[in-house]
Amino acid sequence: MPEGLRAPTDAPADASVQERAIGIAILAMGGEGGGVLADWLVAMAEAHGYHAQSTSVPGVAQRTGATIYYVEIFPHAAAAGREPVLAMMPIPGEVDVVIASELMEAARAVQRGLVTPDLTTLIASSHRVYSMTERTAMGDGRLDSQGLLTLCRQAARRLVIADMRQLAEAHASVLSASLFGGLAGAGVLPFSRAQFEQAITQGGVGVKPSLAAFAAGFDAAQTLPAQSPDPITPEAHDIIAEGIRRLTDYQDAAYAEAYRTRLAPLHGTGDLLTETARYLALWMSFEDPIRVADLKIRATRFQRVEAEVKLAPGQILRIREFMHPRLQEIAETLPGFLGRALLSSAVLRGIAGHLTRKGRIIETTSITGFLTLWCVASLRRWRPTTLRYAAEHAAIDQWMLRILALAPTNPSLALEVAHLQRLVKGYSDTHVRGRRNFDTLMAHLPTLEARDDGPQTLVRLRDAALADDTGLTLTVALAKEGLA
Amino acid sequence: MAERSFKTEVQQLRLGEGAEFRGEGILAVTKALLQSGVAYVGGYQGAPISHLMDVLADAQEIMDDLGVHFESSASEAAAAAMLAASVNYPLRGAVAWKSTVGTNVASDALANLASGGVIGGALVIVGEDYGEGSSIMQERTHAFAMKSQMWLLDPRPNLPSIVQAVEHGFALSEASSTPVMLEMRVRACHVYGRFTARDNRKPAFGVRDAMMAPRRDTSRIVLPPASFQHEHEKVRDRWPAAVAYIRDHGLNEIFADGSKDVGIILQGGMYNQVIRALQRAGLSDAFGKVSIPLYVMNVTYPLVDDELVAFCVTKRAVLMVEEGQPEFLEQALHTILRRADVQTRVHGKDMLPMAGEYTAAVMHAGISAFLQRHLPAHAPAIPVATPAAAAPMPEIHGRPPSFCTGCPERPIFTALKLVERELGAHHISADIGCHLFSILPPFNLGNTTMGYGLGWAGAAALNDKTSQRRTISFMGDGGFWHNGLTSGVGNAVFNKSDNVLVVVDNGYSAATGGQDILSSGAANANRSTGNKIERAVRGVGVNWVRTIEHTYSVGKMAAVLREALTTKTLGPKVIVASSECQLNRQRRVKPLIRDAIRQGRRVVRERFGVDPDSCTGDHSCIRLSGCPSLSIAPNPDKLRRDPVAAVDNSCVGCGVCGEVSHAAILCPSFYRAEIISNPTGWDRLRHRLSQAVIHFLQRRMAHA
Repeated sequence: MPEGLRAPTDAPADASVQERAIGIAILAMGGEGGGVLADWLVAMAEAHGYHAQSTSVPGVAQRTGATIYYVEIFPHAAAAGREPVLAMMPIPGEVDVVIASELMEAARAVQRGLVTPDLTTLIASSHRVYSMTERTAMGDGRLDSQGLLTLCRQAARRLVIADMRQLAEAHASVLSASLFGGLAGAGVLPFSRAQFEQAITQGGVGVKPSLAAFAAGFDAAQTLPAQSPDPITPEAHDIIAEGIRRLTDYQDAAYAEAYRTRLAPLHGTGDLLTETARYLALWMSFEDPIRVADLKIRATRFQRVEAEVKLAPGQILRIREFMHPRLQEIAETLPGFLGRALLSSAVLRGIAGHLTRKGRIIETTSITGFLTLWCVASLRRWRPTTLRYAAEHAAIDQWMLRILALAPTNPSLALEVAHLQRLVKGYSDTHVRGRRNFDTLMAHLPTLEARDDGPQTLVRLRDAALADDTGLTLTVALAKEGLA
Repeated sequence: MAERSFKTEVQQLRLGEGAEFRGEGILAVTKALLQSGVAYVGGYQGAPISHLMDVLADAQEIMDDLGVHFESSASEAAAAAMLAASVNYPLRGAVAWKSTVGTNVASDALANLASGGVIGGALVIVGEDYGEGSSIMQERTHAFAMKSQMWLLDPRPNLPSIVQAVEHGFALSEASSTPVMLEMRVRACHVYGRFTARDNRKPAFGVRDAMMAPRRDTSRIVLPPASFQHEHEKVRDRWPAAVAYIRDHGLNEIFADGSKDVGIILQGGMYNQVIRALQRAGLSDAFGKVSIPLYVMNVTYPLVDDELVAFCVTKRAVLMVEEGQPEFLEQALHTILRRADVQTRVHGKDMLPMAGEYTAAVMHAGISAFLQRHLPAHAPAIPVATPAAAAPMPEIHGRPPSFCTGCPERPIFTALKLVERELGAHHISADIGCHLFSILPPFNLGNTTMGYGLGWAGAAALNDKTSQRRTISFMGDGGFWHNGLTSGVGNAVFNKSDNVLVVVDNGYSAATGGQDILSSGAANANRSTGNKIERAVRGVGVNWVRTIEHTYSVGKMAAVLREALTTKTLGPKVIVASSECQLNRQRRVKPLIRDAIRQGRRVVRERFGVDPDSCTGDHSCIRLSGCPSLSIAPNPDKLRRDPVAAVDNSCVGCGVCGEVSHAAILCPSFYRAEIISNPTGWDRLRHRLSQAVIHFLQRRMAHA
């Protein structure tokens, strides 16, 4: 018996008496090489004494949609010259192996009934390719990966899971190669490792990197990692420490000290302290043009971009920023008197408005571009005199006052008020919209305070504010709560 | 050039007697055409038969050797009309398209063809796009066969059966003077299998022979009084001739008759799934050796009444396995048995669902119900696979298709979304093609789609001159040349429309696999390309035409849309939004870039990125783009929870992200990275100088 050969089911391993096809379903997205994987399987099976058939329904799914390939193989020895009738689509209860290119696709295979606990080995990549719904959410719309994983674990006879995409990328290859390795490493098909590798070699495209990714997938399947530990919930002091680090970096040590002082009255309030510490730090480090310029010109940022674009030795990297500061933002970033002058003078407004009508592209890797941003970043020490600073801190004061006032009497409402800061994010219109929603909800606090379900109502309203960017859901929700 | 090259597959078309052909079902059809001595072939691409068209396009040399004329038809109607060559001449001709949409378009020609009849074999290969993966309305081609009296083949889905069906299809057509349709389901088109080839046959009588010796027969032309005669000929002569051929050549198959007093009648295309269900019930082995009688209809129209009566008369009950609705076959079976006074119980849609694809689970349930009712002792119910009794199913999102990475059509809809923010919502009439993905998130644009090339016609009624708001219609370049130039543009000119059409011109019939069309930019040795859409539009009388050569300029795109929607100029307004399909572009330029880098030439690769520390996780950019390479990633910031936007390395640097963040004034997190391979001396000098200054300042900052 060649290495890695095992009987596909509980049926006798002797191929001559096996009267059943081996079914392998591949769930992938367009462009992930599901078809290549199916071709390798067919070539391998045919080269080593099996009938093979594959089918697919590519259609428009080729354009990034989810699709399925199905392969059935049947040993010549058992067929004895007869033609087996192979299925055109996977049959729930008869699928020996499901290969899924991604975690949600693995769960989809389970949902479709293709994975059965008595038979199916599920080989999946643990990475996520987020759906449009997850990506377009205004906050965090991601599905619970742990739930998907648990489902796969429960449904399959055996689950072989690893980050196959990462393994492929590490060897400059494609997902299909590492998944094929995972399949070989799982040892569920009656073929040896050498026979798998032969299929790749004979395929003739990108053989060397494919074999390397195959080997990585093979090893991953044979040495399955222990279950990842649950993420540790950070304690208040971790968050406060991070906040202090952030604000020192943002402004200076005194600014960070002010942050620490503001939190002092909340000590001993548990979650309320943690969450207020989190959002206060974020708010106090509001993203003004000074901050953005400061972040853009750092050496660490240059290194991060180099890594992200996989810069090779001998190549040169140029980075161009897409900036579109508006008149309002420029005025707010200037020292107060200048900013007010700019906003109140029609002539100045006209000139500046004309200059800011179009976005600018600044090359940070050029001397002039870098110096431009460096100058903006250098305004940091004057930040406390800007209009923006004054406006943000006025709002922060109001917000903190409400939290502190509510903390002793209605701590759960105070906690939700702390969470409200999440609405204020982004730049320009996005920021204005978020801030408007924030103000709307803050204005309803007195009413909510009087209601027993005040905290829950506020959560519903916050979710409504994050449901769409037209404000429609929030308007409807407010009316429903009788707050319109 | 099409999306996929079939240069290697094409070699299989040369295989001779006894050699083994390996490949997809639809390629086997192509080989079978050549083995049958076909004289001319045409068709219109579309899944699942695009590969047939692509293979033939790549096989020009072989076709030339055999004297076979091949056309990429302008539409299915054009393809169907081609078959007119078989009316007067003993020419075997075949055409192919996606059905039922293509058959809808072809119906006019098909009805005329079927009325007069043919003397050369005429075969219509329809890719039945039904069930999983289908992109069209769920209908049956069967109805077309019935209404025009064309014969419909539905072979068992294995390559030898499919090849035989092609060969018999021509002979059946000639024996009954009737065009024949070969129905290929999606999975049968893509099934990989094998068959033993035969030699290709050069047509004994070729297209050239017909042109050199024209013949006519007025009685074959659809005009009174001949047209009245045709109807009688159909039922008096052609139908019986077809039934005789089908019976004499045993086109329908019977397995294990007499073994039980119940049986199953099925469409050929359902065979494999039925066998697998019976195998589970212990009534078949893995090779289709059944112990319950099967009558397999490899021809589903016309039916052979005597065969059905003979099969049923010895049985208590039969199950009709017929996918799709309405249940034409079951109704016909009832009529046939009633006329013969046979009392066999007929089951069908009472045990199997009326609508929807017959998946494995559906087939199991239906056959199981039949067996339980009529063979409970012999066959226990088919055990249904039980999924693990797990916790409640977590939420799983659908993954519909969408615009590819770097697609030039995306910025058109981004621009429209931005314009609608200013001018309000408009009625948007969509068409068929990749651009129809606009109806899905994140764009959510588009009200209706009425068919290929019918985008503008779909908004024709909304043409009130007093309206303060115009309608916007979309049409791809594929749909434009298919019929949109006349049904949309000509119609709008003639009826003095004041509305707006956007022609999405990406240089290919992209959604069907990147085939060339009249306005394609690429030079094509066998076709005339480079015919500008703007010229055609002006030619039929549109005066307000704007061509945008770079759709990625979201600002420019938005400006031209705004102008079209608000201009005081009356009359139809057409915007030609023109940028090459990125999928095809990448396929074209990637090898060139690789070679250039290898040869030491300076190459700049561009891609976008997002700075996670200034991204606040609102995802506005994704809602305006939806590019697959623009996704989300866990926030590296310990304080933030919402995921950040992130661009992966598949980004092709199309520029839309930057354009969007400028046009929509989004956020400063986007950057464009330009990676210069093989930099010149000037590049290196400039780099060293700026690095010196930048490093100096960065060190100072670090110590500040």
